[in-house]
Amino acid sequence: MIEIDNVHKSFGELDVIKGVSLTVNKGEVVSIIGGSGSGKSTLLMCINGLESIKRGSIRVDGTEVHAPGTDLNKLRQKIGIVFQQWNAFPHLTVLENVMLAPRKVLGKSREEAEALAVKQLTHVGLGDKLKVFPGKLSGGQQQRMAIARALAMSPDYMLFDEATSALDPQLVGEVLDTMRLLAEEGMTMVLVTHEIRFARDVSDRVAFFRNGLVHEIGTPDQVIGNPQRPETADFLKSVN
Amino acid sequence: MFSTSLTWNDLQFLLQGAWVTILLTLASIAIGTLMGVVCGLLRALLPRATLPLAWLLDVFRSVPLLIQFVLFNAFKSIAGLNISAFSVACVVLGIYAAAFCTEIVRSGVLSVPLNLRRASRSLGLSYTQDLRYIVLPMATRVAFPGWLNLVLSVMKDTALVMWIGIVELLRASQTIVTRIQEPLLVLCIAGLIYYVMSLVVARLGARLESRWQEND
Repeated sequence: MIEIDNVHKSFGELDVIKGVSLTVNKGEVVSIIGGSGSGKSTLLMCINGLESIKRGSIRVDGTEVHAPGTDLNKLRQKIGIVFQQWNAFPHLTVLENVMLAPRKVLGKSREEAEALAVKQLTHVGLGDKLKVFPGKLSGGQQQRMAIARALAMSPDYMLFDEATSALDPQLVGEVLDTMRLLAEEGMTMVLVTHEIRFARDVSDRVAFFRNGLVHEIGTPDQVIGNPQRPETADFLKSVN
Repeated sequence: MFSTSLTWNDLQFLLQGAWVTILLTLASIAIGTLMGVVCGLLRALLPRATLPLAWLLDVFRSVPLLIQFVLFNAFKSIAGLNISAFSVACVVLGIYAAAFCTEIVRSGVLSVPLNLRRASRSLGLSYTQDLRYIVLPMATRVAFPGWLNLVLSVMKDTALVMWIGIVELLRASQTIVTRIQEPLLVLCIAGLIYYVMSLVVARLGARLESRWQEND
């Protein structure tokens, strides 16, 4: 369970998150929608400790993420994250990209890590690209590789930070399909996304962020189908 | 119509000089690279704390090498250090190379996008694992052409050590010129030897680079 409690975050003078509280239960898919600058991507970075917070608390399975004694390297093993820029390691093959963390972080043998990586890459439809370097892949393929790379650590949680925003329109579908597959398998997921229709399809709950706060939260049918607050309705109109 | 008093012995003398040039280059590049990697990493990762280091290295980059040789050699005598001229040459050239190598390494490390480092940390890699498996391999590819340049330029800079009494390739050629009075021929031969040595280094480097580029 991810428990976010009254979190504040600022970059210098600029307050980006102004007191967000949100709980994500095991097995739940929560989508975060909202305009740019509303603090939604930053919140994801705070969940696995890539960004510090100013006030409040974030607990993952009871572990305080921002407490001084927390072993972040250990915590991050169970929180996979997929970025907008897919961030493939260009000097490693697709297979090596996925094998790296299981070998070096989990201490698996080469054979074990390779078997694991092949399984995950096949899962996302890249079973025939193992020996290829990421530079030779399309954006959609690189993003699916990034998903496989995160999944190879057998995370309990997956965070998606606008995973399809940097892709050509015709490549969005293949990445969304992979994400949908994960959701159906019961993965706990937090999605920051601009794909409203997709969010409506896969989410258990949707949160609309505005000005660094949760402006409206509820089931997809409530928030997207029948928004209660005028700003939510305006936002939905502007993206459709 | 073409006659020369250049003897087989003279050629051997030149090649001995070339050997000294090679040894000097190898030693000073080894020192310079080792120090340069350490200093460059520190400069890239702790830019504020290592500012004084940058100032110090700037001195070695800015003062002409010849002045550094003469000053250090004089310092050696004044301090009564009992070390050979060859060691002096290695130290001075080594530090000189380190000053340049630091900047080469630093720019290589800074060229690795922060997003990639975030991605590797998000997988649970520690700070040092991220450096070792992501930052250093990527930085090496960026820094390598600059480093190769440094090797070639240091090889030619070794010619300056003749001012502190070491007989390397250029000094050997001048000795011969003084004796047989055929400067053009002798300098052509010396130049050719430098060229061949550089060519070998450059070719090896190009081969390594093209192997990396196949992957990108």
